[in-house]
Amino acid sequence: MEDVPSVLPDGEPAPRDGALPSSALTHLGERPFGAYVHVPFCSVRCGYCDFNTYTLTELGMPGAGVSSYADAALAEVALAADVLGPARPPIDTVFVGGGTPTMLRSRDLVRIVDGLRDAFGLAEGVEITTEANPDSVTPDSLRELADGGFTRVSLGMQSAVPHVLRTLERTHDPANVGRVVEAVRAAGMQVSVDLIYGTPGESLGDWRTSLEAAVAMEPDHISAYALVVEDGTKLAAQVRRGLVTMPDDDDEADKYELADEMLSTAGFGWYEVSNWATSPTTRCRHNEGYWADGDWWGIGPGAHSHVGGVRWWNVKHPNAFAGRVNAGDSPAAGRELLTEEQRYDERVLLGVRLVEGLPLDLVRPDGRRAVAGLVADGLLDGPSAVRDARAVLTRRGRLLADTVVRRLLGY
Amino acid sequence: MSPMATTALPPAATPPELIRNFCIIAHIDHGKSTLADRMLQITGVVEERAMRAQYLDRMDIERERGITIKSQAVRMPWAAEGTTYCLNMIDTPGHVDFTYEVSRSLAACEGAVLLVDAAQGIEAQTLANLYLAMENDLTIIPVLNKIDLPAAQPEKYAAELAGLIGCDPEDVLRVSGKTGEGVEELLDQIVGQLPAPEGDADKPARAMIFDSVYDTYRGVVTYVRVIDGQLSPREKIAMMSTKATHELLEIGVISPEPVPSKGLGVGEVGYLITGVKDVRQSRVGDTVTNAAKPAGDALGGYRDPKPMVFSGLYPIDGSDYPILRDALDRLKLNDAALVYEPETSAALGFGFRVGFLGMLHLEIVRERLEREFNLDLISTLPNVVYEVALDDGRTHTVTNPSEFPEGKIAEITEPVVRATLLAPSEFVGAIMELCQSRRGSLRGMDYLSEDRVEMRYTLPLAEIVFDFFDALKSRTRGYASLDYEPDGEQTADLVKVDILLQGDKVDAFSSIVHRDKAYAYGTLMATKLKELIPRQQFEVPIQAAIGARVIARENIRAIRKDVLAKCYGGDISRKRKLLEKQKEGKKRMKMVGSVEVPQEAFIAALSQDSGSEKKK
Repeated sequence: MEDVPSVLPDGEPAPRDGALPSSALTHLGERPFGAYVHVPFCSVRCGYCDFNTYTLTELGMPGAGVSSYADAALAEVALAADVLGPARPPIDTVFVGGGTPTMLRSRDLVRIVDGLRDAFGLAEGVEITTEANPDSVTPDSLRELADGGFTRVSLGMQSAVPHVLRTLERTHDPANVGRVVEAVRAAGMQVSVDLIYGTPGESLGDWRTSLEAAVAMEPDHISAYALVVEDGTKLAAQVRRGLVTMPDDDDEADKYELADEMLSTAGFGWYEVSNWATSPTTRCRHNEGYWADGDWWGIGPGAHSHVGGVRWWNVKHPNAFAGRVNAGDSPAAGRELLTEEQRYDERVLLGVRLVEGLPLDLVRPDGRRAVAGLVADGLLDGPSAVRDARAVLTRRGRLLADTVVRRLLGY
Repeated sequence: MSPMATTALPPAATPPELIRNFCIIAHIDHGKSTLADRMLQITGVVEERAMRAQYLDRMDIERERGITIKSQAVRMPWAAEGTTYCLNMIDTPGHVDFTYEVSRSLAACEGAVLLVDAAQGIEAQTLANLYLAMENDLTIIPVLNKIDLPAAQPEKYAAELAGLIGCDPEDVLRVSGKTGEGVEELLDQIVGQLPAPEGDADKPARAMIFDSVYDTYRGVVTYVRVIDGQLSPREKIAMMSTKATHELLEIGVISPEPVPSKGLGVGEVGYLITGVKDVRQSRVGDTVTNAAKPAGDALGGYRDPKPMVFSGLYPIDGSDYPILRDALDRLKLNDAALVYEPETSAALGFGFRVGFLGMLHLEIVRERLEREFNLDLISTLPNVVYEVALDDGRTHTVTNPSEFPEGKIAEITEPVVRATLLAPSEFVGAIMELCQSRRGSLRGMDYLSEDRVEMRYTLPLAEIVFDFFDALKSRTRGYASLDYEPDGEQTADLVKVDILLQGDKVDAFSSIVHRDKAYAYGTLMATKLKELIPRQQFEVPIQAAIGARVIARENIRAIRKDVLAKCYGGDISRKRKLLEKQKEGKKRMKMVGSVEVPQEAFIAALSQDSGSEKKK
């Protein structure tokens, strides 16, 4: 459930054959190249979730179901290879997200990876991640994934506190998460757990409990996100009706600070605003590609892609998606060709989120002039700015990253 | 029933005995315009086909609000008992801000139709105008309108009217402007009851200006009532207060479109066009005479319009300033009471301090600026004019709180008004409480009928300007009505309250209030601003202070979280667009010291829904 919000942006129409302007392809392969695969199925929809996903009962049309999904995905893989042409680079990272990718049989997930390998080739040391629901994997299914090339599993843990999980409508048994972490490791893969803070009714103590539980499982990587109430979700309706009260920003700030403190103490280092890893080798390289202005092809309904300054997004519904790709057409619903100005804004807003920070020589003069003030306000790290000429967020700065971005962009 | 007159009497050749000049005194939406329409139709002045509903109200805003701002005069023929008469209906403005204009319209008439909604009874403004008419010795014809309404209570309100003017309830006419019922009878009564105008045709000409309107094509159109002598086309006329002379390019009557005539004689009502472009050169209340044969004395009652309420008007987009200036220059041509001068506010930029007759005048001007000139405006809290005397003997006239002098103050005076409030008797307590809290003093109280009370108060104008009308309406469930007129000045214990953000004074929020209310004002503004100003990177104290003494304080806590937690592949476009939107929004931010205040916060903090006396 990482990648695909339910609302698509406004953009211009994409060409039917998915062709990209030649300018987008000039620097192909100079940056890391990734593949994102969106699996739009869940057994139930959680109350806070606004991702592009469907329960089985919501579907039920031929060609779009769980059993035929892999074929539709592979059809888009073929289209991608075609559009990028002979100069297409081997794939550095694959990320299978959802939805709940493990609603598919491991065999189908492996089949998609095989298809990517055949069409693009996989780079040396490729990272292949899948998201998983703790209740939808077994030691056997995990072993099958590892044998098929998967290197990493990201588990949707969210919380260790039953009443919080209930509010989120997560159905998994918290005790299960520890066993799954063990099983992933036993299968020889890295493991990450996702946590959510700021759920209505969650106390600072609850959050501490969840963090302690996550740390105790000794994963390689932890992501922690503040809950965002998205329009159109069940939770949004409950907030609107006053059935639940959202915590205020200060509460979320307290929780972020607690997370950063506890995770640091436990040996995790932040490398992006919401991500911590035990070492540079256990970071999620695929996600790093997003923040480093990398290229990737997003496969599946509602998936977003970026290649050389062109961003596009696929039609959302699995049926519509299957119809397009099975007819040999691009599933793209719309796209935007970024201007230099927009690419610059994106580089700043993404780059500054990373622990390496934003190289100041990429920042325009008006933005560089803002750096001293940001250091003085305690939002940027002074030594990094002076010694390394990089804009690196302090802890306070991470919580105010959007403020920092606006000031670096000169307004 | 009288037949429609077949031929109208010609202007300049109608003997005064055949002329009847009247106005209609009525509350907003008691049906004055509808009745006037019906009269135009019944007298044949307007054909049914060409009938625009509410013919006399010209401006869009008036039409929408159902109120009449500018009066006009229409000449109608009417035959009664075999004789054809000339009726001049002079339309009066129906609002409290225009008392002076009303008084001039009344002065142009011999009689008044007192028109009251048979379902609602008399309202305060009508009562005030009725008193004005009685003081001017006008003959009053009491009329109940809307008798066709199911909720009409003609007996009850006829008794009320009879009590007020001292007549028999039987003499109160009953009409329906809507259906036309009783209108012919009313026209007959106007002929029968009202005295004919008196004047000396051989004396030098004297005509009173009771209205003056700017027309894009014709220049200023001046409405006059001739008292003595005669005015004729092409002659040179003089304005007695300004001594200005003009050539009379056109003279005529309205019936209901302007028709040039050979002149206007004693008792007649009509219009003059001299080619002047600014209504200030043709002032309401002034006397027009012949320049070559001037009259010795002007008619009494002339007064310069005096702005009572001031407010700063600022364009939301600073680059609209020149448009605002041109727009005010244009409106001024048609509004002798509008005064303004440029003003700069640290918080709001360049704008104008504008003087108005009252709150409705303010609202109308503002609305016209926004609608006709496509401007987005912020207006500061309206204030009255204060005279501040310092210990050193100097005095300052303060029309803007930020001009309030520093230094030791000997005395401050503020304008007061004489207010008339009418309400069902159950609300007497609520009204007394309200007026008490607004520093009012009761002058008297009378029962108009068993369950309706007239209360007379002296109130500081500043208290009326600040939210009074809304407070009155909400405490009386909309049943009370209010009228007021200037009634001199009083000294009062007033202070200036400043609002400071992060220690910086925000000039737009400074206000002059009574010492006892300083704390309430300070707390109100500080609380409002705390809600309206987004949290900043640092803590922002909001203080209300009298001089250096802080009387109220709030804190906007520093923002701690401003980050999108999740920013993955599919979030990037959305995130960038949000940023682009914020960049646009930044243009609507004003800096107060180092605090960013969104324009919306100023608008919301300065808004008060008072003075909307259009609301019933």
